[in-house]
Amino acid sequence: MKKLTLPLTEKDIISLRAGDEVFLTGTLYTARDQAHRMIAEAIARRKRIPFTLKNAMIYYCGPTQAQKGKAIGACGPTTSSRMDIFTPALLNAGVKGMIGKGQRSLQVRQAIREHKAVYFLTYAGCAALLHRYVKKAKVVAFRELGPEAVHQLYVELFPVIVGIDAQGTDVYKKRGI
Amino acid sequence: MKTIYPSSITKAVSELCIRANHVLRDDVLQALKLALRRESDKKAKRIFKAILENAAVAKKERLAICQDTGLPTVFVELGQEVRIKGDLRSALAKGVEEGYRRGFLRSSIVRDPLARTKPGYLPPIMHIDIVKGKKLKLTVLPKGFGCENKTQLKMFLPTACTEEIKQFIVAAVKAAGPDACPPYVVGVGIGGTADYACLLAKKALLCRITHNARRTTQLERDVLREINQLRIGPMGLGGKTTALAVNILTYPTHIAGLPVAVNISCHALRSATTTLCA
Ligand code: SF4
Repeated sequence: MKKLTLPLTEKDIISLRAGDEVFLTGTLYTARDQAHRMIAEAIARRKRIPFTLKNAMIYYCGPTQAQKGKAIGACGPTTSSRMDIFTPALLNAGVKGMIGKGQRSLQVRQAIREHKAVYFLTYAGCAALLHRYVKKAKVVAFRELGPEAVHQLYVELFPVIVGIDAQGTDVYKKRGI
Repeated sequence: MKTIYPSSITKAVSELCIRANHVLRDDVLQALKLALRRESDKKAKRIFKAILENAAVAKKERLAICQDTGLPTVFVELGQEVRIKGDLRSALAKGVEEGYRRGFLRSSIVRDPLARTKPGYLPPIMHIDIVKGKKLKLTVLPKGFGCENKTQLKMFLPTACTEEIKQFIVAAVKAAGPDACPPYVVGVGIGGTADYACLLAKKALLCRITHNARRTTQLERDVLREINQLRIGPMGLGGKTTALAVNILTYPTHIAGLPVAVNISCHALRSATTTLCA
């Protein structure tokens, strides 16, 4: 099992293979459907957004509200494939990795290979368990979207599995699903 | 006439929302433990352990089992001898709002499906049946949309054979693949009209899934066996268990048709029920 610090270096990314189990420490940005739509729009119009996409690790997640004294509520992954149409544009803008659940499109797989990026899976439907790895959280963009706003998370040893590596190998395709 | 006050309905629904979202159904928990025991694949075992640990953390820390606390659906069986002093629907909605707020559950509902403005808690989906008796039965099913998006309906020919139906159900699970948080519980509705088959498929998810709790039919067992041969497994990473259970509900239908609906639930199958007596 590997432990890596975010942002990932090119060397880190290239060393990963589909199926590897990894623990991530560092900063993630949550973004799901509406945030993706808005980010993609900003990229197309060359407008600034309030956080930097360069080398960013995007987490497909819309957490529940935090209880008093806690950094975050339940915060598991949402279905990645809904973001497929936006992902190539985000990778183009410098995003280096994504965390979610489930399969990706052929275009996303190709874009991951082209940009030497990585797609991770994390424990799906284990939102309460995952909240333990999140030490800090704050909204940094699109607050009006409520749970869909972009949250900056600081995570420690957040458990992930490589879904698609920088060579474009897909853990699911490997299994013939 | 027996009277039930809206305030007790609101309170009951509020508690059901919290219980359903924080405490995993004991039959689901039992089925997961059984699946863990049966599993031999190392990775699959580890994922099952994470799922079980997740349920324990949620219960202990009063946290949502899954961040997608669903589009809350309330099933009501209202005894016809009960009189409700006030508005039933607003009592239910108020209960959902209170429960979701108190339980730190997610606001996931957009008021306008096209404009998609800031999400809130309301409204829930309400299915209200009038039944015999003097009780009021309330069930909350907070189903997430990762799996709701995988719902399928097919209008078969009335001459279709059982094998075709079986293949349709298995194909629906295969299409969901690793995306909707397997292992699944598969709800199936056969018969009625198109809309009614969909409702049956969803209601099938409310049936208990442990084997001694409900006698399974041959068709359910056959479909389950075939689904598990897909070897999608937990998180889609392989293993013996792709579905924990298949529940099929049937209803009479028309001579010209045979509707079949499949409603897949993720492993985080959450629901809670209570009965109020007048
Ligand atoms: S499919 Fe179920 S377990 Fe998975 S994210 Fe949605 S609600 Fe949660």
